[in-house]
Amino acid sequence: MQTGLTPTQTLSLIALMNKLVPGDDLSPAAGDSGGAEYVNMLLTAFDYDPPHIWAGGPFSGRHGGAASFENWLELGPWEILAWKSRIEDLNNQYHAGLDSLGPELAEISDEFRELVFTHACEALYGDPVYGGNREMSGWLAIDYRGDSQPKGYTDQEVSAP
Amino acid sequence: MMLGAVDGVDADAIIIGSGPGGAAVAHSLTQAGWSVILLEKGRNHLLSLQAPFAPLGHFSNDEIKFTQRHFLGPDPILEPRTFRRSLADGDRLLTGEVNNLPSTLGGGGVHADGKLPRFREIDFALRSELGPVEGADIADWPVSYADLEPYYAEAEQLVGVAGEETNPFAAWRSGPFPMPPGADMFGAQISSAAAERAGLHPYRAPTGVNSVEYQGRPACNNCGFCAFYGCPIEAKGDPVGMLRAALETGRCQIIPSAYATEITTDPARTRATGVRYLDLSVAPNAQGDAAVRELRAHHLVLAGGAFETPRLLLRNELGNSSGRVGQHLMFHFQTLVVGAFRERLWGASRGRSVTHLHDDHIDGDSASRAAAQAAGLPWIRGGIVEHGSSTGPVNEALLQGAGPHHPLAMRNSELRERLWVFTMQGEDLSQQSNCVDLDPTVRDAWGFAAGRVTYQPHQHELVTSNHVAPILEGVLRDAGAVWTAGSTSPPVGDHAGASPMGLAPASYHIMGTAKMGFDPLNSVVDPTSRLWDLPNVIIADSSVFPTSTGYGPTLTLVALATRAARLLTGNPLRQSQPT
Ligand SMILES: Cc1cc2nc3c(=O)[nH]c(=O)nc-3n(C[C@H](O)[C@H](O)[C@H](O)COP(=O)(O)OP(=O)(O)OC[C@H]3O[C@@H](n4cnc5c(N)ncnc54)[C@H](O)[C@@H]3O)c2cc1C
Ligand code: SF4
Repeated sequence: MQTGLTPTQTLSLIALMNKLVPGDDLSPAAGDSGGAEYVNMLLTAFDYDPPHIWAGGPFSGRHGGAASFENWLELGPWEILAWKSRIEDLNNQYHAGLDSLGPELAEISDEFRELVFTHACEALYGDPVYGGNREMSGWLAIDYRGDSQPKGYTDQEVSAP
Repeated sequence: MMLGAVDGVDADAIIIGSGPGGAAVAHSLTQAGWSVILLEKGRNHLLSLQAPFAPLGHFSNDEIKFTQRHFLGPDPILEPRTFRRSLADGDRLLTGEVNNLPSTLGGGGVHADGKLPRFREIDFALRSELGPVEGADIADWPVSYADLEPYYAEAEQLVGVAGEETNPFAAWRSGPFPMPPGADMFGAQISSAAAERAGLHPYRAPTGVNSVEYQGRPACNNCGFCAFYGCPIEAKGDPVGMLRAALETGRCQIIPSAYATEITTDPARTRATGVRYLDLSVAPNAQGDAAVRELRAHHLVLAGGAFETPRLLLRNELGNSSGRVGQHLMFHFQTLVVGAFRERLWGASRGRSVTHLHDDHIDGDSASRAAAQAAGLPWIRGGIVEHGSSTGPVNEALLQGAGPHHPLAMRNSELRERLWVFTMQGEDLSQQSNCVDLDPTVRDAWGFAAGRVTYQPHQHELVTSNHVAPILEGVLRDAGAVWTAGSTSPPVGDHAGASPMGLAPASYHIMGTAKMGFDPLNSVVDPTSRLWDLPNVIIADSSVFPTSTGYGPTLTLVALATRAARLLTGNPLRQSQPT
């Protein structure tokens, strides 16, 4: 089984994500903001040790504390089996789905469309450590700070923002 | 190396499950000098098991890890569950995630946002006070509020509950809350003011989250990732406070990744002698099997939660002479009313997800009595209404859907930053036909039958929801909502096929599947939480609840678990008095 996307598949995926979650003057499109990198990191998660599935904690370092999201967490032996099986399945779906996309990106099953849309949303609005949300462009567009620990918010910021 | 290894046993008690119930028992037994081994099938992401038992630092403000990638388990590939509404759906309607509370050290306490109200006097005596309802099993509890009050007080201390005595409907208390309430969310102030204008009585939710430093853990800093997330700074007390205190005695051994599958007994099957479990911390052997280990103890405590505890008993064909194991499954019937506001409410990014509640729909008024009468019901009871909001942007984006509207819709954020949500946790009447049983064909990764839910609400829940939803919509409109909408979980009527929350009940309040009673013919445990059939086994989770009430179950299950453990060690608390 081939893991990860070929350059051609990557271009198709970017185009498809941009169609499903498009951008405008103020917001980036999901594909342009690292959507394909997000998917590729997941599809090749087991090329890394620990696998790139669960980012570490407790802090990103953006709001104080030592940056630790890059300290990916270990999986247990049975979790490894489950995730290998899930990722193999995802690889198969991506290879088949992207290879059969027509030029207008129209040859797409409902199931594959749903998968790509879900990953586009995760990529654009999830933490950048997972490969998407390039330079936090997804969060900046919606005025979202993302993680806030260990600074958090003062009582005043919660009650009377 | 096991703890006790005396009298041919490995410990005085083995506890299966490390959620709030199991943690409470571990704390209580070890304080009384007993040795315990606590088995947890999930991984340990909570705290180091070596002194000084520091946090592991695995929790973070990370929507992907917690809501999209099964970080706290259970992974549905390994542990599928199934659901159907009734026999008419065949063997099952769906397979996958059904009411999945986390399977991890700390159980659901880890990611709950912990509103921890007590029940009230009437909740323990519904049959005597209000009488039966046709088609439902309305029972009095074999314990009263007065019996449980000292244990409620102890549970609040152990978990660390922040609150204040302003709820006019609350039962009497023997002392104040351990901490004052935390910060009010901005949106909750707006919805509470409107609720007051409607004659309702909102109050600051008693919450198992530190408002000040408590027992060495810091105050909450309102990070905004509360419901569904582990706390990165340990400001949530449930159940880490109890587990750490148990470990500090030196008499508690915690074994994570230990899936208890078999209860061993004496030949007559009248006493449990121990447990066999699968050691999931080691890789499967060449045949794909997990390593099996065995432990022996004088007592066994089942605290796997109200879904897994009956599954374990049914699989072992134990404790079920009444035939009631797994039956009488109750959730809270959730009525969700949302309102979109022009202004930004910050509910989804700052604060503890929910900071205010109101209880008015539990007892109701003349209008609710008229609604009951019109439906041919003797009475209806709703539940607490939570004032909150807590969806992250990934989940909002999924709800907003694909297409050209997406970027503007996300910037306007009508489904997150400008949304406010009332969730009523409506009382769900006990029905014998609602149950957890063993799926005939679906198996988990280790070959054991998956748990299956069969559940349909009673007419009572639908009538109550239909009565309360318009009141809540009115409150949100008065608060300034531009539009409002209502739905239920499980979905009913026109929404039945289209709910984003799925067909199965989304409630994480699971109760009643090994109910407590006076009579071994129609209950599973006695009034002290011991199995009628195996008296050296106690159940320490919400399986034992005879009714669901309209309040979150966790503080009550911790109080009951503490009581059961104290009775077991001959160390009960004295009756308390109102202050
Ligand atoms: C997002 C969210 C918010 C919530 N908010 C609230 C709230 O505000 N108020 C409230 O009252 N409740 C709330 N709850 C519900 C609360 O989490 C549960 O009531 C509580 O966790 C139940 O405690 P328990 O100890 O009975 O079971 P659980 O917390 O489910 O713990 C059981 C543990 O046992 C383990 N286990 C099961 N079977 C086995 C086995 N065979 N071998 C070994 N281990 C086993 C499981 O892995 C699990 O870790 C919330 C839940 C969620 C998900
Ligand atoms: S809101 Fe408070 S208690 Fe909840 S996770 Fe954040 S810091 Fe912890």
